[in-house]
Amino acid sequence: MLFEQLLNGITVGSTYALIAVGYTLIFGVLGMINMAHGQIFIFAALTAIVTMSAFGWPLLPAFFVSVACAAVLGALLEAVAFRPLRKKDVPHLAPLISTIGFATILDDAMIKLFGADSRFVPGKLGGSFSVGGVDVRTVDLAILVAALGLMALLHLWIQKTPFGKAIRATSESPETAAILGIPTDRVILATVVLASGLGGVAGLLLGLSYGAVAPSMGVGLGFKGLAVLVLGGLGSLPGAMLGGLLLGVVEVLAVAYGSSTYRDAIAFLMIILVFLVRPQGLFGETPVQR
Amino acid sequence: MAQERAIQRAAGRQAGGRWRRGALFVLAAVFVLGLSLSACGGGGAKESSGSPASGPATEGQGSGGEAAGPIEAKIGAVLILSGGAAAYGEAQRSGLEMAKDELNEKYAGKLKLDIVYEDTGGKKESAINAVNKLINEDRVVAIIGPTLSAEMFAAGPVANENETPIFGISNTAEGINDIGPYVFRNSLPESIAIPTAMKAAQNRYHFKTAALIYANNDDFSVSGYKTMKKTAEELGLEIVAEESFAVGDVDFSAQLTNIKKADPDVLLISALYKEGALVVKKAREMGLRARILGGNGFNNPKVFEIAGDAAEGLIVATPFSPEKNDPKVQAFVKAYEARYGKKPDQFAAQAYDGLTIIAESLLKAGKADRKLLRDQLAELKDFEGVSGKLSFDERRNPIGEAVVVVAKGGKYVPLESVSD
Repeated sequence: MLFEQLLNGITVGSTYALIAVGYTLIFGVLGMINMAHGQIFIFAALTAIVTMSAFGWPLLPAFFVSVACAAVLGALLEAVAFRPLRKKDVPHLAPLISTIGFATILDDAMIKLFGADSRFVPGKLGGSFSVGGVDVRTVDLAILVAALGLMALLHLWIQKTPFGKAIRATSESPETAAILGIPTDRVILATVVLASGLGGVAGLLLGLSYGAVAPSMGVGLGFKGLAVLVLGGLGSLPGAMLGGLLLGVVEVLAVAYGSSTYRDAIAFLMIILVFLVRPQGLFGETPVQR
Repeated sequence: MAQERAIQRAAGRQAGGRWRRGALFVLAAVFVLGLSLSACGGGGAKESSGSPASGPATEGQGSGGEAAGPIEAKIGAVLILSGGAAAYGEAQRSGLEMAKDELNEKYAGKLKLDIVYEDTGGKKESAINAVNKLINEDRVVAIIGPTLSAEMFAAGPVANENETPIFGISNTAEGINDIGPYVFRNSLPESIAIPTAMKAAQNRYHFKTAALIYANNDDFSVSGYKTMKKTAEELGLEIVAEESFAVGDVDFSAQLTNIKKADPDVLLISALYKEGALVVKKAREMGLRARILGGNGFNNPKVFEIAGDAAEGLIVATPFSPEKNDPKVQAFVKAYEARYGKKPDQFAAQAYDGLTIIAESLLKAGKADRKLLRDQLAELKDFEGVSGKLSFDERRNPIGEAVVVVAKGGKYVPLESVSD
């Protein structure tokens, strides 16, 4: 029983981790929280589902649609919500508000374009198999693997490649990076597009796991991803992974042995407790003065 | 008022630059003009044809009084048209729009209906504001909605105090009619629908144990859960598990793992269809074998889209089934499909019936008057709608018939017709 519930928790947690990657990447580079991330990945997932249903496409091209749509939205977000505010001397929190605005527009656009209904995902990702008497769904395993794989890939990419170096330099100090000849605007654009594109993968995987996607899911799951970002340590990829799993397990145990009413309460209480011990989050570094 | 202010501003701007001293005079003149204009225009500057409210007119419109013209009735609709539950409001608006067009055509020359829509986004405060605006600014003769029972509990008393009929088309929680004499509904309370379904299922399958799961932050679902629990106890079922979740949740694995361990004969679900369908899907994926019985919220074709094969065998009591073998229902389903490209659900059907009931009561009342309309509504008897026959009892509770249906091959069919 406990084993099953732990497994449930890890499944839920890996979806949170997958969402948190997008936040982590953008925060790591821009030092900004992208409040529209949840809406972007749900928008992309819905677009993919609609094209799947309309053309009878299998799952694989749908993933490309989802990633492409999310990437385009990411580029749009950078163009309208981040870039204009970067050029001028604006308050530090202004981009946070502008992404909330972008999120609101996406929310309403989704309802206008796709309707407020849940849309079921026409494809399927395998069935389920049994491990020690416990049924595990292939799709849940895929999410866990995808979350782990994407994190490892991102980590290597950022640490080992020249482009990753440019990203790190930009996150250190955009001004200095620019002086040293790094096209910071392009690096930032690429990061936002990349983070959003990953969101496209996450969105469709979540849809497969839950069986349906609704516009309203963006807000709730987005906030969970945000909580994981903070819990794991701002901008830390391993932190996002571990934070996501921890949040998922705590939530599921709270429901299984307590009551669903306290699901979020207990989860956030856990986050507060973590902060009392480690104010910088699980994997966060001690803040550096800029 | 808005007109006056706009005119004042425009006049002020013109006058301001050139002759400042004259401005005051011009303003005063425009103000007087504006006053008289607005008295003729009658309140809000809505797009509707408008019904001049002459004199102190607090009791709805008087324009229908003249024998010559048609009764012009402006009706307010307070629905959820944005946010998470917008799907319900959209279905209701579709039903209302179709009913409005059909009724205006059918009763051309006698009745002219006009609907003013207000969006609540599912929030109680918004519902109260919308009802206040419709009553005082738009001067509607009656209000349809709000969508959720919780919103009705908040906004119903406002309409009742202002002596404006308010007509729920989807409120199935207990106690809606107790709000006051101006509150009506054509949606069967779950206290009737759920026991009907449970008894029919019990007679057939002879359950011994039951598990319950419900959305604990939604009045409708909680009320359904209480009815289910009470009925289960009356039927002598042993309740082996009780779980809950919140509206908007997408993960139910923890709750369903507990339920699966308890291994009940029947799982009773009280939820709105969005979460409900996901619960059913997940339960079957996890290998739960129990029969599943759902509340009113499951009566929506979307359940099959979301839950797919997992919906097979789901038992529901419903006021409206698009599969019902009744020419009136089939004509409605056909017209709705032609117009919107999808099958109507109970929300569309009850919205359609609701407006029809109001229209017919208005015709009987003879003019667009709130009080006369209320009296006519209270006497409703044997109305034949697409969601069955409907009467109101002395406390205005709807008396109607619920059909017990079971999911088979992607649609609901009457339970009696299934053999297994």
